[in-house]
Amino acid sequence: MFLLLPFDSLVVNLLGISLTVLFTLLLVFIIVPAIFGVSFGIRRIYMKTLLKIFRWATLRIERGAKEKKHPLYKPYVNGIIAKEPTSLEEEIKEIRRSGSSKALDAPEFELSDIFYFCRKGIETIMDDEVTKRFSAEELESWNLLSRTNYNFQYISLRLTVLWGLGVLIRYCFLLPLRIALAFTGISLLVVGTTVVGYLPNGRWKEFLSKHVHLMCYRICVRALTAIITYHDRENRPRNGGICVANHTSPIDVIILASDGYYAMVGQIHGGLMGMIQRAVVKACPHVWFERSEVKDRHLVAKRLTEHVQDKSKLPILIFPEGTCINNTSVMMFKKGSFEIGATVYPVAIKYDPQFGDAFWNSSKYGMVTYLLRMMTSWAIVCSVWYLPPMSRQPEEDAVQFANRVKSAIARQGGLVDLLWDGGLKREKVKDTFKEEQQKLYSKTLVGNHENRSRS
Amino acid sequence: MRDGLSELPPIRDPQSGADHAGDGLKYDLQGIGALAVNPLGDRIINAFFREGEEFTDFRAFMRVLARFRPVEEGKSKETGYPEPMNSRLSKLQFAFQLYDQDSDGKISRAEMLQVLRLMVGIQVTDEQLACIADRTIQEADQDGDGAISFEEFATSVEKLNIEQRMSLRMLK
Repeated sequence: MFLLLPFDSLVVNLLGISLTVLFTLLLVFIIVPAIFGVSFGIRRIYMKTLLKIFRWATLRIERGAKEKKHPLYKPYVNGIIAKEPTSLEEEIKEIRRSGSSKALDAPEFELSDIFYFCRKGIETIMDDEVTKRFSAEELESWNLLSRTNYNFQYISLRLTVLWGLGVLIRYCFLLPLRIALAFTGISLLVVGTTVVGYLPNGRWKEFLSKHVHLMCYRICVRALTAIITYHDRENRPRNGGICVANHTSPIDVIILASDGYYAMVGQIHGGLMGMIQRAVVKACPHVWFERSEVKDRHLVAKRLTEHVQDKSKLPILIFPEGTCINNTSVMMFKKGSFEIGATVYPVAIKYDPQFGDAFWNSSKYGMVTYLLRMMTSWAIVCSVWYLPPMSRQPEEDAVQFANRVKSAIARQGGLVDLLWDGGLKREKVKDTFKEEQQKLYSKTLVGNHENRSRS
Repeated sequence: MRDGLSELPPIRDPQSGADHAGDGLKYDLQGIGALAVNPLGDRIINAFFREGEEFTDFRAFMRVLARFRPVEEGKSKETGYPEPMNSRLSKLQFAFQLYDQDSDGKISRAEMLQVLRLMVGIQVTDEQLACIADRTIQEADQDGDGAISFEEFATSVEKLNIEQRMSLRMLK
């Protein structure tokens, strides 16, 4: 037993040394650059290496599948059925014309009208535009994560080894590193903002608050290994404006806030989130609402208006979709933020799902599971475009303005612009939309005559 | 979450999201936005389920969808074999089923009015609707019983290219 003692102390020494080395490396390569906002470029080299490996992995799977002569599962990006983009009116007219021998110019009901609704209904059951936006996007090539693999049975030994290595690296090296960083970032944020909160209001307080916020968000960015490319930074939001962006995950906040100093808007939560919220509001005026206040739309609008009218206050960050969408499309923007009358600074965020899918499917995963999934992916890669500011024109109402901003964001990010409401994730569609369809159809029945005699 | 389904072949592996065992299928179908705004959406959904049932299985579900497969060119009608699911007759039967809710083989005036009312909502008055229903029955009814039977229905749309109108082409 005594013989083990020197061995023990050797192990302890080695452990101590390696931990020290690790923390020094952490400090030098990650935390210090985060404080000063510079980057060594390590993450980009990492990204390029990963891409090469993924390409090799995909080729290997395709070769394996070809040898075994099995069809590969390929995701259908454009839908699985051929759809003709004709309107209700056109199609019904078509059906009536081709089915009847009468000379039809007057609108009249035909038994064959039902075929239109039949076909449209079955089409949407097979493949509709909305449902596929609420589950994760499917990848064309494999990124060595079993969660995205659909062709599992065609993997060779080499690939399995590589995948195993990947699991080891992600769970045993990257995950602890990221958790340590996240912990550092969040505690620094809470402590830093509380300390700054004790200072008297003035230039110093603002300066320090800004830098504490930025520094901690940058550490969090590194905690997720997020590789972000910012475009058009000259259009960044200014005081008194509202910044709107498309919403894919809670990480959006970290991504935007690490490049700019914003006032957040939201509901006060309990737990860790609540603690962070209470701390940051000491250093600078964020807009937090109690749960009861959130329902009162007028109160919310009033507080936001007061905030934007004060030019010394920071730009507000808002996600008008109201829910997380899977980053292939942009859904309807809620008009509340567009009624306030401030300048709107649109921002488009597009994630590259190759390295890790950032979409939060809140019906499938809770917050903690989601964060763990994020921290065990390879990286989060995204592009952020700052679009030129927009204001509401006198002849358009809030809804039209919202749609204009939405189209601009969708176009820039390469996303599909949908008219549907993100709330469809959880609720059924409103009856007003059905009435629209019924109105359109009625026109084909009784024409546009307003003063048809009512006998 | 329900994903789009593909027909045979290729069938997408159930584990990637296609509905399994039909649990809550009705609820899922009702959640599809574009179907909910279809005036006949509810009736189409009910066409997948047997009378009064809330559940169905994958095969039964596919049998209904199979009716919308495009008709293959050049296939001659083989006698003695059961009617293929996607034949003109089957497609017509599906559409007729949407009109004929009580499945008595006839579209009565009341059923006609019901369907019309679904399709136009509140946009058209009762009198106008009654006119339209009466005229339609009058035109299609050949044996004078005041209702449209399946044969009369088929005759009235015989010129229409049903095979094309009621088929969905899969993208390769």
